[in-house]
Amino acid sequence: MTEPSVFRSDAAQFESNPNSGVIMRAENITKVFPGTIALDQVTYNVYRSRVNALVGENGAGKSTLMKILAGVEQCAEGRVILEEEEITFRSPLDAMRHGIGIIYQELDLCPNMSVVDNIFLAREILRNGQINKKLQKQRARELLVRLEHDIDPDTPVGDLRVGEQQIVAVAKALAQDANILIMDEPSSTLSANEVDVLFRVIGELKSQGISIIYISHRLDEILIIGDYITVLRDGLNVAEEAVAHVDLRWIVEKMIGRKQSTLFTRREYRTGQVLLRVENLCLPRLHGGYQVDHVSFELHEGEILGVYGLTGAGRSDLLECLAGARPLATGKILLAGKEVRENQVLRRIQAGIVLVPEDRQQDGLVPTLSVSHNMILASLRKYLDRLGLFLTRRMEKQATDSMIQDLSIRVADPQALITSLSGGNQQKVIIAKGLLTAPKVLLLDEPTRGIDVGAKSEIFEIMERLASEGYGILFVSSELKEVLAMSDRILVMSKGAISGEFPRAEATEQKLVDVTATAVDKSMFDDRRSQ
Amino acid sequence: MKEGRVEAGKRSHRVNRADVLQFIMKGRAFLALIVVFAVFALVSPGFLSVANLIIISKHVAIIAFLAIGMTFVILSGGIDLSVGSIVGLSAMIAGGLINEGIRLSRFGIIVYPRIWMVIVITLFAGVAMGAVNGVAITRLKVYPFIATLGMLYVARGLAGLRNNGYTFSNLVGKPEFNNTGFEKLGADSILGIPYSIWIMAAFALVAFFVTTRLPFGRHVYALGGNRRAGELSGVRTKVTETTVYVISGLCSAMAGLIIASQLVAAHPATGVTFELTAIAAVVLGGTSLMGGRGSVGGTIIGAFVIGVLVDGLVVLGFSSFLQNVIKGVVIVAAVVIDQAQIRMQERIALQRQQLKMQT
Repeated sequence: MTEPSVFRSDAAQFESNPNSGVIMRAENITKVFPGTIALDQVTYNVYRSRVNALVGENGAGKSTLMKILAGVEQCAEGRVILEEEEITFRSPLDAMRHGIGIIYQELDLCPNMSVVDNIFLAREILRNGQINKKLQKQRARELLVRLEHDIDPDTPVGDLRVGEQQIVAVAKALAQDANILIMDEPSSTLSANEVDVLFRVIGELKSQGISIIYISHRLDEILIIGDYITVLRDGLNVAEEAVAHVDLRWIVEKMIGRKQSTLFTRREYRTGQVLLRVENLCLPRLHGGYQVDHVSFELHEGEILGVYGLTGAGRSDLLECLAGARPLATGKILLAGKEVRENQVLRRIQAGIVLVPEDRQQDGLVPTLSVSHNMILASLRKYLDRLGLFLTRRMEKQATDSMIQDLSIRVADPQALITSLSGGNQQKVIIAKGLLTAPKVLLLDEPTRGIDVGAKSEIFEIMERLASEGYGILFVSSELKEVLAMSDRILVMSKGAISGEFPRAEATEQKLVDVTATAVDKSMFDDRRSQ
Repeated sequence: MKEGRVEAGKRSHRVNRADVLQFIMKGRAFLALIVVFAVFALVSPGFLSVANLIIISKHVAIIAFLAIGMTFVILSGGIDLSVGSIVGLSAMIAGGLINEGIRLSRFGIIVYPRIWMVIVITLFAGVAMGAVNGVAITRLKVYPFIATLGMLYVARGLAGLRNNGYTFSNLVGKPEFNNTGFEKLGADSILGIPYSIWIMAAFALVAFFVTTRLPFGRHVYALGGNRRAGELSGVRTKVTETTVYVISGLCSAMAGLIIASQLVAAHPATGVTFELTAIAAVVLGGTSLMGGRGSVGGTIIGAFVIGVLVDGLVVLGFSSFLQNVIKGVVIVAAVVIDQAQIRMQERIALQRQQLKMQT
């Protein structure tokens, strides 16, 4: 990425600015969810006309804090002060009226509606009680031009590229006269070019007096664009500093804390024979092209094979194809030399391939069932009585108890609802569900997403133990460090295809990033050429 | 030190009170049943007589059949609006088989099936109608609401077509055709308890075991709680979903048979709006319309509450209009309480957690 040094801020310069100072302050915010404390007495400052970067690992509490500031969630304790006045937001609309706009990571746009309709959704400009389409369109166009994107306001949002959708989301916030703009990982799905545009837009918004809260996992970006940085860890505010005074190492240390050295350890390993061989696995995309593009690889007994790539690179699609959850997938899968033909989840599980899905809430757990019933859901046939008819409590309990002990799942009562557990323990239950099917190959999709640091290292210990017991593990993560630390071999994916492969000894952060980046650049070049 | 202990004591006391409150909330359907019984018994002395109780149970049995089937459907996250119509069509099928037999025109003869065969054929028809619902929903991707709404019309229409809108009356069969005894299903009893109640108890017992002890039951809960998670766990969602509608169809056909037998007649409008009564019983029994949460036991209690309420209001001489008003209020109140209980459960969980963190 080219470094647009013009955006580099100088803390010393703006401290003398009469306009500077805190525009909004959250004091001693505490928020508890079933299973976790999301925020613990957090105090957070937002500086006027500055880019206030907010960083932290997954599950540190960033999103929750932002939801409170945007009126989506209410906090149990603490108060929010805006322009030296204490306020309470009862709803997102309430926060909006106070000039706080938020752009969510999953953009909150309606893909079926046009750009202009999205921008003015729920704040339509009326004339005689009817929508003034002409004026709306004109305003929308003005906003888009201001954002350097001449998108036709009548285009359905679903037809735009993600980067353009991001711009529409910004325009929507601006149309609401936002004074404070919260951007939750705006760059995570953008290409390098689009990120440059986004940064220019942010610079311009800043000069127009708008305060920006910028959440990102890309720390290098924060050094470029941020003015102030706040680091959250495990629901605590651990540091606040002017970006001019910090460097990458400082941020990482604050984010990870002292546990850094103990977190990742993959000890000696020895892998056995080829367990899984995948040949030319393809998953066609709806509008042409491939979501999984002729992927071939081998997985050995006792091996942890890491799959790295950006969001949308097709990692999860690959795993779902292997798990039999994508009926349209084609290609050849050989498990221990035998071809697995039937493309059905149940058959794949019976063959010995099981998926621990990425989105725990959406795909992993059944919130209405107990811990025990969730855990045994995929292996119910094993607990039948001699008639093969009724489930036997004794066998269910045996299986549940042994897993709770094996994976050290912290649960007071296995009959309690799964939702009463913390994220890390929920994840362990889902892993236990997979293990109880007696698999040979475990597909772990972001197994550490949204769980605390302690639980993460426990999950890694479990992975390591399973590998040493001869399981083959395919492990997807978007956290470079995790992939590097845990994998015996690493596949890099981009645009649905494998763009690089590294044995453990050769893999470095730089190499993985390079492969990812060149693949993205190349595909962008291809895109442009085809347009 | 002392202060701290007092504080802790207070807290645990509060949690205990919450426990009691929660216990009451969880058993609320049962409590409601006791209250309804008590009120009617006090107001109307004849209410608790054995004869009256048997009449009430007979009515409850009809509701319960439909509600048991509906429980499976609702647990899976669906809805079945066609049960009332399936009751009507089943009654007409049974009535036709008894009074008109099966005409085999090629051989120029009419076959009159035995009563047990009539019952089996009718139940099978119910299964088939449920299967059509299930296939429309799982294979043709029609929303359950729409698919079963379609069946509501089709089955009711067929019920009318079967005998041009007329009733099959006097379903006693003829000794020379060897098809007598249909009325016994609705009239006879063992140990003073009518057949219909025995059958209802058997259905309830089987349904209880299926939901609690069979993998299929667990799959139904998973389907309603999180379909995608179930799918990724290897649950064959289409088969499971189709089966719940088949069960509902079977239960409806059983109810149709019993009504026809009790009346010794089959009327094409039998069971109109029964689907709503069945849904009401399921909801009163604490099953969530969102799916994934509930029990057959609750449904049976819910069926009793509705049955007793309706009969009690009749005994007290309330107009049918006022009965409807009361029924409606009770149903909505049940859901309001249900929601309150869920919120309370969450709050208690949070409180416990905060306590745990502080200690």
